[in-house]
Amino acid sequence: MSPPGPDALLAMYASMLRVRLFEERARELFQNGRIPGFLHTSVGQEAVAVGVAAALRHDDYVLSTHRGHGHLIAKGGSLRGLMAELYGKANGICHGKGGTMHIADVSVGYLGANGVLASGCVVAPGVGMSIKRRRSSQIVVTFFGDGAANRGPFHEGVNLAALWKLPVVFVCENNRWASSTAHALSTAGGSIAARGAGYGIPGERVDGNDVLAVHDAVTRAAERARGGDGPSLIEAHTIRWVGHFEGDAQAYRGKDEVAEGRQRDPIARLERLLIERRLLDAAQAARVRESVVAEIEDAITYAEASPLPRPEDALTDLFAHYPWRD
Amino acid sequence: MARLDFGDALNLALREEMRRDARVYCIGEDIVLGLPFGVTKGLIDEFGPERVLNAPISEAAIVGSAFGAAVTGLVPVVDMHFADFVTCAMDEVANQIAKSRYMFGGQLDCPLTLRMPYGIGKSGGGHHSNSVEAWFVNLPGLKVAIPSTPADARGLLKTAIRDPDPVLVFEHRGLYRLVGEVPNAETLVPLGVAEVKRRGRDVTVIATARMVHESLEAARRLADEGIEVEVVDPRTLVPLDRDGLAASVRRTHRVVVAEEGPMRGSAGAWLAWVVMEDCFDDLDAPIARVAAPNVPIPFSPPLESFVMTTADDVVAAVRQVVK
Repeated sequence: MSPPGPDALLAMYASMLRVRLFEERARELFQNGRIPGFLHTSVGQEAVAVGVAAALRHDDYVLSTHRGHGHLIAKGGSLRGLMAELYGKANGICHGKGGTMHIADVSVGYLGANGVLASGCVVAPGVGMSIKRRRSSQIVVTFFGDGAANRGPFHEGVNLAALWKLPVVFVCENNRWASSTAHALSTAGGSIAARGAGYGIPGERVDGNDVLAVHDAVTRAAERARGGDGPSLIEAHTIRWVGHFEGDAQAYRGKDEVAEGRQRDPIARLERLLIERRLLDAAQAARVRESVVAEIEDAITYAEASPLPRPEDALTDLFAHYPWRD
Repeated sequence: MARLDFGDALNLALREEMRRDARVYCIGEDIVLGLPFGVTKGLIDEFGPERVLNAPISEAAIVGSAFGAAVTGLVPVVDMHFADFVTCAMDEVANQIAKSRYMFGGQLDCPLTLRMPYGIGKSGGGHHSNSVEAWFVNLPGLKVAIPSTPADARGLLKTAIRDPDPVLVFEHRGLYRLVGEVPNAETLVPLGVAEVKRRGRDVTVIATARMVHESLEAARRLADEGIEVEVVDPRTLVPLDRDGLAASVRRTHRVVVAEEGPMRGSAGAWLAWVVMEDCFDDLDAPIARVAAPNVPIPFSPPLESFVMTTADDVVAAVRQVVK
């Protein structure tokens, strides 16, 4: 397969920037009390979301996690719909019923963030079964964290997908921390990628701060899945620059880790490459940033101007028909 | 009319729905052979391995995958093997299936049926005997059917499969070999419509599944003493036919709620409250309840018999409310 061309590289660059700047603005808005709830952002981890999404088709499916804004943005979800949902507004993608951790945008194949870790790992095989039964060439990617790889559903889901050769790609975002518990203190055997061998499927460790490495691994896994050869497991190592949740004092780690993350900034890395290859210069980079900032500010303006849901709408969307009977 | 047992009536419903809609498939442990209760027996011959799937012993993956399939175009019917094992897939049922339409603002249909073989009997013991329907009555986003006859079993399962929302069908394992009349014509039983299983003017007994039959036996015995018992089967706990229950209570003015599960926090407690709310002024006596003591189901026959609710308990409760 050929590596991504200039347009694809520039699109990945813009997409990572979109995720980064969205998350940074979301953090500010949360700190200023504009966004309610518990906010988990993916600042520093953008290369995983974007490397994966860039290897997918528009009609492929994604199952996400509690740290899912980046996955949704990279898959092409509406920034307006997402931001309005974070605000709890009536015209958020889920009309304010889901919020940050329980959001879906079915129009782009994003079947849901998830408040429960590893839950997507057992849902993905079913999506794969449906794809197979419909004789479609779609695939499904399920994201999960290094901590989630120690839950039962990870093992049940990988086993089932491998057993039935389902078109699933399991993508572990290993950011070293299961909330506040270090990877080494929670994960026997150390390598999550190595667990693939136990189920007879490829398991590959990639640099999750290198968007091209992620893109390459997922492209191969996607090809294998579309070809009917079954699932793959990818463990992408990355670093989250921020707390597990917004407001996390992070007493469990030193400042050096975030410094390391910043040094290995996936966006700066791709930017250097683009400049080296003369695909981008400083003026163009500034224009890309300006245009992404404008998109995000538009989304914020939209969210601010959007109405809150009517309180009684708490009763709708429970069943297909409304009103329902107890 | 044909005479079928409860298990064969369910098998007929599955065949009819799988013939009608190619999206319908069955998944569960040992279902190719139809184990453990014969409900899925022979489906493999007609529908093949693509639609009758023996899954590994992975309840979370069975139920979770059914959810993934349901929201992307298939219509799964999951065999839970024993309802007790749903605990191994509780996140999938409670957090994913029940909440997906709601949390995502109505973006997804989830046409999924969970068949829940359950109930006390034959020394099944603590992990194979429980009546767990109350857990799901307490979980918004799910519908709960609990048939008592072969005709209702077939009609409710067919309706469940066609419903755009997740439906749990509780199949009492003590009823699988119960024989009854089943219409020849394809007949659906709507969710949320109670049925009077026996008419009587003195007391309404509201009962589900096996307790319908225990209540009918109690009614026969009490009729000899001149007490006429009306037995009403809600057939679905969610949605609940409140009007149907109230209509009966307004005729009899006395109520017994009979169930098999433990007394505390149960489906029967909810039904009793509903009757109290809808019919307080019509009641001539406090509502009586028949339910099990608050213990797990024990193994040894005398212990199991002690906690198993029966016609004797219904008779005693009826006598209490007509006193």
